[in-house]
Amino acid sequence: MAVKFEQTGEGEYRLDVCGYSCPHPQVYTKKALQKMASGDVLTLVFDNPSSGESIIAMCDNEGNDLYERNSEGGQSIWKIRKA
Amino acid sequence: MSNDNNAVAVAVEKEGWLAQRSNQYAVGIMALVLLGSLWTLSIDTRYIYLLVYVWFGMVYGMFLQYGRFCMAAAVRDLFAVGVPRMAVGMMIAVALYSIIAATVTVGGFSTFHPNAMGWHIMLGGLIFGFGIVFTGGCASGSLYKAGEGNVGSMLVIVAISFSQAIFVSASGWFDRLMPTAWVESAVAKDMPEELSVQDGWFDIFTAGYVWDLKGATLAETLGIANPFVASFLVNTLVVTILPTIAILVLLYAVYYKKGYMRRVKISAPQFGDHVRGMWSMFTSSKNTAIAGIGLGIFAGLQMWVTGALRDHYQIYNFGEMLSAMGHTTGLSIQDTVFDPGYWYITTQEAQWGGWIMQQMGINMTDNIFFGLENGLPNPLLNAPGFMSIGIILGAAVLALSRREFKWKLPSLETAMFALIGGTLMGLGARIGMGCNIGAFFATVTNGDPSGWVFLAGMTLGGYLGVKAFNLWIERRSAKQDECEL
Repeated sequence: MAVKFEQTGEGEYRLDVCGYSCPHPQVYTKKALQKMASGDVLTLVFDNPSSGESIIAMCDNEGNDLYERNSEGGQSIWKIRKA
Repeated sequence: MSNDNNAVAVAVEKEGWLAQRSNQYAVGIMALVLLGSLWTLSIDTRYIYLLVYVWFGMVYGMFLQYGRFCMAAAVRDLFAVGVPRMAVGMMIAVALYSIIAATVTVGGFSTFHPNAMGWHIMLGGLIFGFGIVFTGGCASGSLYKAGEGNVGSMLVIVAISFSQAIFVSASGWFDRLMPTAWVESAVAKDMPEELSVQDGWFDIFTAGYVWDLKGATLAETLGIANPFVASFLVNTLVVTILPTIAILVLLYAVYYKKGYMRRVKISAPQFGDHVRGMWSMFTSSKNTAIAGIGLGIFAGLQMWVTGALRDHYQIYNFGEMLSAMGHTTGLSIQDTVFDPGYWYITTQEAQWGGWIMQQMGINMTDNIFFGLENGLPNPLLNAPGFMSIGIILGAAVLALSRREFKWKLPSLETAMFALIGGTLMGLGARIGMGCNIGAFFATVTNGDPSGWVFLAGMTLGGYLGVKAFNLWIERRSAKQDECEL
């Protein structure tokens, strides 16, 4: 189990932090977004519900657009467009 | 389940909620708690005193899970990702609980005892605050996350339990690190021989240092006799509400204002804009705010209910009730057990660890913490212990019904963090006289300023913890090719 951050296409990235609890998912999400350019999309996969609440607040604060939130079987797949 | 005809499909839709397996488990847990409660009451109705802890624990667990209410995040997320969400939720809970606590105190049902004020509170908070960054949750947070199926959080609870039990009972060469004045002061207390207060650094620390300090609410310190003025104006307004408002304004100014003004496109904000900004900060995470309100109200209610039960049964401590029922094993030499009567986490977990070690043949009662103050009751008779179990169960019920329950096994790294961080939390909680609940939440809301000292220590510890955590993941990222963060 390791954190996976990869570019999946033009301006598209994927970060998988499944198996990690606070504060890993939010810290890695912040780091991933810092690596990306404005307008790029991050697909974030995580399974620690508590981190979700902080990630929502973080996106709000920094103006990033969290435009899609899907959950299934305790796993969340979110999409964030960097401002 | 068959979908062969419409009638069945309609029936499934109608019964859809209960047809879901996770909902069946949630209902199953509720039914078990209900039946268990009825069975316990059928043995002896006085067990209602213990059951109140379970029920309040379940309510706390539900609110904690609902609001992702983890006080570790209050300090950690500020420094790690610049998010004030949880710090705001915590302050809402503090303000509300203080008002209800004051009402309960004026009503004569308060169960609160202030902590002794001293440098140990700051140091304990600092060690605790450092540890919570690595465990991913505070003591209550780890309980509710355990209820979500997080095995790493269960390891944190194990580490907190055993580390505390070992710290409060251990003696050895490090006893010599204790100042001579503390040893002399401890010996001069003339405690019963079986406690051997001169052996064991925690005994020397408690009897030789903490007992020589004063602990009081601000109203007691100022000698205010009028209960209304003492509780509402001094203990609540001065000790709790005003510092809470100051912290909220600070959080807004440092962490929220800039992002808010950018969102609402205001470049030269007036006073009214700031007021609306503050309101936006309160309501930005509704779940957290609702949890803060619920926890504040129920934490106050628990104190009232337990106080009323003590009044009804004419007892001061659950130990008296256990004695009267014939359960004398596990009581302290004062015939008491740990029985705070309010939301508390770490001491009962220390008792779990201590009880297991006692069963393994280690003498765990030759110390002040277990032998004199808290006892080592069988976990089946440990009332606050059931509050912790209640938190796990309540969180599990809600997580199951929200499809958020998932068994999560920790990686080696997470397990290591859980054990080391949990051990630090245990050490910090004992030095600081409680965790973020017992040493902070319960104290500041009852007019005892020592809680703010614990929060200051915990904040500094959290800051240092985040620095150390960032160093760790940078080092780790540099080693891993697949992770280019």
